[in-house]
Amino acid sequence: MNELLALFLKYALVNNFILVMFLGLCPFFGVSKRLSDAIRMGLSVTFVMVASAIITWLIANFILIPFNIEFMENVVFILVIASFVQLLEMIIRKTSIGLYRTLGIYLPLITTNCAVLGIAEINYTNGFSFLGSIASSLGGGVGFILALVIMSGLRERLEISDVPESLKGLPIAFITASLLSLSFLTFGGLRI
Amino acid sequence: MPFKDFSKGLVKANPLFVLVLGLCPALAVSTSIENAFGMGLAVIFVLVLSNLIISLLRNMIPKDVRIPCFIVIIATLVTIINITFKAYLPSLTESLGVYLPLITVNCIILGRAEAFASKNPPLRSVLDGVGEGIGFLLAMLLISFIRELLGSGGLNFTILGYKLGEFTIPVFSSMPALFFIMPTGAFLIIGLLLGLFKKTGVLR
Repeated sequence: MNELLALFLKYALVNNFILVMFLGLCPFFGVSKRLSDAIRMGLSVTFVMVASAIITWLIANFILIPFNIEFMENVVFILVIASFVQLLEMIIRKTSIGLYRTLGIYLPLITTNCAVLGIAEINYTNGFSFLGSIASSLGGGVGFILALVIMSGLRERLEISDVPESLKGLPIAFITASLLSLSFLTFGGLRI
Repeated sequence: MPFKDFSKGLVKANPLFVLVLGLCPALAVSTSIENAFGMGLAVIFVLVLSNLIISLLRNMIPKDVRIPCFIVIIATLVTIINITFKAYLPSLTESLGVYLPLITVNCIILGRAEAFASKNPPLRSVLDGVGEGIGFLLAMLLISFIRELLGSGGLNFTILGYKLGEFTIPVFSSMPALFFIMPTGAFLIIGLLLGLFKKTGVLR
């Protein structure tokens, strides 16, 4: 149990996916302009991360390793993730047209979100157990939501603040992320 | 004008500084020139070949499933480069870590496939790939130059395992600004560079 908690905290705080490992930066800078969108995007990414961690673990341990075709892992993982995201997109389009409109272009982009393939690769290369994979992907997802929500709050304030002309928009967002990342680095002192 | 397809990637449509694509590797791997060069080269290889293959197959791939098709082609190329690097450059592979297989989901490659290679003939697509790839490499080298210089107090010109030379700043190298090697420094440097380019307008 402790081991699982340690994995969860490791990927939620110490190795925060966005601010320390730089995985999933596109939605971080794209969607983080409004709090409500940030939460929705974060939840859908977390869901996809956990689900694809489960699926890729099963595939890796029951198909790739028994048949000695580990070199295929990259191709197999991304295919599974892509088809899963496609399925999720269809479900969201059928159930909530409003959510579908707000997330717009970013939903198909979850496929090419480094965080999702990243967690699959991390679980695979570190050889985590089944529960360990779930803990690490859940941690990664929670860390993703955390960073996205903090950032969207800051960016809502940045919109009305007086920023030098040449730093407006993306540059100041990066500098804000830099300061956020600095505060997350202090979690490195956690003894887990 | 095929030459224009090549040259636009260098400055006007630089993938990193203008299109702001492919950030994950750019920030994570730019801690040293050696890593940045290895990553840049891997991206050029995958980008050029994926542009070529996708452009040759552009009339055969059905519109509705084009993204999965592109991804499979790209993932195959990444697997090739992954295995090659593992065999010949084990230490570089180690330091690139998870970011090497993650080239599969690098937005630049899928972006060029979708926006250019799936609509244009092979020669132009290859030129576009070479241009965008070199543009990415140059941007990576710029970021890693600043980060390595400030973060470790010197430069180590090692390219694909061959050491070309070294340079250290005398007093500074004994207590470098580690800040720039850490993730924080990456965000700060790229933010300041984007601001600088916007202010001076050199990329327009």
